Amino acid sequence: MRELTYLEAVREAMSQEMRRNEDVFILGEDIGVYGGAFGVTRGMIEEFGPERIRNTPISEAAISGTAVGAALTGMRPILELQFSDFMTIAMDNMVNQAAKIRYMYGGKGKVPMVLRTPAGSGTGAAAQHSQSLEAWMAHVPGLKVVQPSTAYDAKGLLKAAIDEDNPVIFYEHKLCYKTTSDVPEELYSIPLGKADVKREGSDVTIVATAIMVHKALEAAAKLEEQGISVEVIDPRTLVPLDTETIIESVKKTGRLVVVHEAVKRGGFGGEIASTIAESEAFDYLDAPIMRLGGKAVPIPYNPELEKSAIPGVDDIVAAVKETLNRH
Amino acid sequence: MTQLINIPAQLKKTDLTHLLKQMWQIRFFEEKVDEFFAKGMIHGTTHLAVGQEASAVGSIAVLQERDKITSTHRGHGHCIAKGAEVNRMMAELFGRTTGYCKGKGGSMHIADVDKGNLGANGIVGGGFAIATGAALTSQMKNEGYVVLCFFGDGASNEGSFHEALNLASIWKLPVVFVCENNQYGMSGPAKEMMNVEDVAKRAVAYGVPGKVVDGNDVFDVMNGVGEAVERARNGEGPSIIEAKTYRWKGHSKSDAKKYRTREEEQEWRAKDPIARLRDALIGEGLLTEESAAEIKAAAKKEIEDSVEFSKASPMPTIEDLMEDIYA
Repeated sequence: MRELTYLEAVREAMSQEMRRNEDVFILGEDIGVYGGAFGVTRGMIEEFGPERIRNTPISEAAISGTAVGAALTGMRPILELQFSDFMTIAMDNMVNQAAKIRYMYGGKGKVPMVLRTPAGSGTGAAAQHSQSLEAWMAHVPGLKVVQPSTAYDAKGLLKAAIDEDNPVIFYEHKLCYKTTSDVPEELYSIPLGKADVKREGSDVTIVATAIMVHKALEAAAKLEEQGISVEVIDPRTLVPLDTETIIESVKKTGRLVVVHEAVKRGGFGGEIASTIAESEAFDYLDAPIMRLGGKAVPIPYNPELEKSAIPGVDDIVAAVKETLNRH
Repeated sequence: MTQLINIPAQLKKTDLTHLLKQMWQIRFFEEKVDEFFAKGMIHGTTHLAVGQEASAVGSIAVLQERDKITSTHRGHGHCIAKGAEVNRMMAELFGRTTGYCKGKGGSMHIADVDKGNLGANGIVGGGFAIATGAALTSQMKNEGYVVLCFFGDGASNEGSFHEALNLASIWKLPVVFVCENNQYGMSGPAKEMMNVEDVAKRAVAYGVPGKVVDGNDVFDVMNGVGEAVERARNGEGPSIIEAKTYRWKGHSKSDAKKYRTREEEQEWRAKDPIARLRDALIGEGLLTEESAAEIKAAAKKEIEDSVEFSKASPMPTIEDLMEDIYA
């Protein structure tokens, strides 16, 4: 099988869906000749033309609402927001309109749209271009929230997101864009709400999201050298959340460490930890659940400060050891 | 003494009584809702459009059935004018399952997507981009319909107004933005909240036509909106039509109207759009006093019947709570 980067996998999913279904189109800032802020749509305007690769003004409130209106009337728009931080400007349309329409219309109408957006730190873009705000969206009934970590997952999950009749927020981590994995050429779908066990293990479960999946796997490899067997689970979608896979894993290992890049306070890790605490897996716990997340600080510019604002591989190793030392 | 209006020559040969019927339906619907709120028989909040009947009825009178609208939180009139069943509207306000939204939307969210009413909106300015997106669908699928986006003077100070106007203008989308300038955004007088007298003047900034019409003269509204709809249907893009009107009631049920004088209210009551239309039709010999009275009585009875229908309709069950969040 050929290898693709995560970025290429996202592009391939969109291109193949657009060839298959003419209701699918993309709108966003600089997605045309420029190819998008991160190059995800590069080359697509040549194949699909400016009608379907729709370059927009810098106008997040208008383009997010336009996507809602287009979705409500029969299109399947993919909205690219250049940085997930700009969600603040699109917030009304996603939270008050897209998420609510079906329910408040009594089940009439649907909003099949995908909002794709790069999230996370690590590029030196500092406080307004580096946030991880997925917990905001996961909090809102009516939205689905996806966070792929690998190229394979990105392609399959994006296909599933485009097929959804509901609004989906699709977070792409900037540092994942260059990572590669085997990706089938044909279009395939990974159902939303199905976690992936990225590595099997027996001593401790790590639930990690987005770029933290890669760091957790690195940590697991280091820990293996020390005789510690780590299971790494990537939920892949926060809404819906595959609680079953996580619960089963914790019942097996008896220990849970949750890792995400987003600020720990109010982060989605709390939701996962609470889900385990409320479940039958609680009785299998041999130690308190650990949460690792970003510090409660705006992401700073200085590279060393930036790195230390979020969990690193060593932090994960330390957390695993700590949980193994507690009873 | 009411002010006179003129019936355009080309309309004199047509049946204009449906305009009068709809305006009376709206008036009686709103008065009934007002009464029931006062008695505590309807809960939540509601925003009445008594006095604004001509802008809703006149605007929608020039549409074809396939055309669409987006509405505001003062949207009962638009809904009735777009052909909604008053039974299902009243039932919605009573929170019953027979309501347009199965009792889950209430006054501010009534929609009838199948018939082209894309919904009232509880967010001021929430409809601008949704209307723009629906117009984008019309353009991309070559469906030929036009979207009317109703909004108030207050909403024209929202960022979404400016973003949507710009986008609709550069893409020449078939959307007409109809401002119902009822002089107040909640308690804020339009003349204190913006430094231009006419919202329509803001059209200059987006390179689109802007026109002021007498919002209490149904024919002036039809004329202005009609031209803009034609333009939109011919692919010439959006326009702003500003209908100057007045809401007789307060902003919502809790409003003591301390921000305006009773003299001002009386001035506008003398421009009652219903009395003006009725007098014009009788004056031109298109309607007798007797048939006018019959139309009025029939409209009133429909509203009375809608109350009976609503009272007899079932309440949702607790099992309905979690239905229709996702498609």
